Amino acid sequence: MGDKRASLEEMVGELRDGMTVGFGGWGSRRKPMAAVRAVLRSGVRDLTVVAYGGPDVGVLCAAGRVRKVVYGFVTLDSIALDPHFRTARQQGSVEAMEVDEGMFYLGLAAAAQRLPFLPTRAGLGSDVLRVNPGLRTVVSPYDDAEELVAMPALRLDAAFVHVNRADTHGNGQVLGPDPFFDDLFLGAADRRFVTAEKVVEPGGLLDHGPIQSVTVTRLLTDAVAEAPGGAHFTSCPPDYERDEGFQKRYASAAADPEAWAAFDARYLGVDDAGYRAAVDEDAADVDAGGGGA
Amino acid sequence: MTPGESATRAEVCAVACAEAWRGDGEVMASPFGTIPAIGARLARLTFAPDLVLTDGEAALMANTPAVSARRGELVLEAWMPYRRVFDVVWSGRRHIMMMASQVDRFGNQNLSAIGDWARPKAQLIGVRGAPGNSVNHTTSYWVPAHSPRSFVEHVDMVCGVGYDRAAAAGPAATRFHEVRVVVSNLGVFDFDTPDHAMRLRSVHPGVGVDDVVAATGFALVLPDPVPVTRAPTVDELELVREVLDPRRARDKEVPS
Repeated sequence: MGDKRASLEEMVGELRDGMTVGFGGWGSRRKPMAAVRAVLRSGVRDLTVVAYGGPDVGVLCAAGRVRKVVYGFVTLDSIALDPHFRTARQQGSVEAMEVDEGMFYLGLAAAAQRLPFLPTRAGLGSDVLRVNPGLRTVVSPYDDAEELVAMPALRLDAAFVHVNRADTHGNGQVLGPDPFFDDLFLGAADRRFVTAEKVVEPGGLLDHGPIQSVTVTRLLTDAVAEAPGGAHFTSCPPDYERDEGFQKRYASAAADPEAWAAFDARYLGVDDAGYRAAVDEDAADVDAGGGGA
Repeated sequence: MTPGESATRAEVCAVACAEAWRGDGEVMASPFGTIPAIGARLARLTFAPDLVLTDGEAALMANTPAVSARRGELVLEAWMPYRRVFDVVWSGRRHIMMMASQVDRFGNQNLSAIGDWARPKAQLIGVRGAPGNSVNHTTSYWVPAHSPRSFVEHVDMVCGVGYDRAAAAGPAATRFHEVRVVVSNLGVFDFDTPDHAMRLRSVHPGVGVDDVVAATGFALVLPDPVPVTRAPTVDELELVREVLDPRRARDKEVPS
């Protein structure tokens, strides 16, 4: 069996301009933020971003790397709306495919099952069908003859997810309460990338949690990278909760180009080690009473 | 002084929200907003004991603590990660009370964007699960600031599906569709009219029918006379004040 360990740089090195890329997690929870920053450093652009949207969407929009966003919502949870995404939408700088979040789930499932679509009631009667004129309905071939929405497969060129633990073969373990839709993002993608707080030897995951917590199997993984703090500033329980102070700074920087430039230079214009050093420095400031809210 | 006279508007609203779940039996109550959260918990502690409540994360709660309770105070009874929520939604065993940035005459709701969706004046959170919720199970809405900007003739983006749009979409959309009530800071509204146009079911104590009419951007169906929303009982007030919201988070959503 192969050792699938790779660096973040090797992962994003496989991306090309114009690709459709999915990001796991949900809102501001267990988002693969180290991978998002690596995507920024790689220079790829014109991406179609597919996500249960959080700051992954906001950061990529703010950096001008996004052509289109496919989403059911974009939120920071404790802050209802991501201001960077709002700005991109209100300025018309990104295209959008906005669907019901259950339709989104079925789109990923259809892709993972190699089906063209899955049927659902969700979307019927709503303006989701008006604003996505490409969506079609399908009539049940059985006696009920119900007309349902045919949610098309959301095929991805690449997907990134971040988990608590992984092994070198690419099995992934979620120790927090919700595995979200990460396995479906991987199943829907041609190139499948997992980052983890810690990468252990094969067979070692059960030292960290029960068998049911290994929700990503190596069948779904092409490469795995250790990325401690890789979901920061989003939550990654039980390893860490959301960094609310950092998230506030991220959100408020949207209001002012100078503040965003400073945020960008300090946190996004640096490599992963530089980012973690900056975050550690922030924490030390707060401990010393010198900063934070 | 009767209990109704001593209750704040926020407390009247909490009881009006609780009433939305009366008679639902063993379904998952999914309240959005502080006052609906108080209402769902109040319903479970009083007349709707079989309601199922989530912890807002990935579990169902066995106990019914204050809305401000810390995680350590929760007693959990089952696992309910996001993906399993869709099993509940699509099975119909749920009654959600969503918020509405806009709601219209036939109960269409918008929480996606204000203005032209293609390039919105204000991007909001997105359609979320509203399209699927509204055609799969009972749906109610909570509007803490009733105004002509929130109660509109036509919503800018139909997220939650109202009666007219469900009917136009056909039997697959109407089969499990029910918009039960809309609760606002001024009154309670339903769709128990021949064409399912919104009706003023009751005004909250201290609110005039004229106030509601003036704050609504379309013509409401008005019964004659318009009933007054029922006052909280002494027991309900004690539960809200002492057990469910001792920190008075409700006052931030609907100031006295």
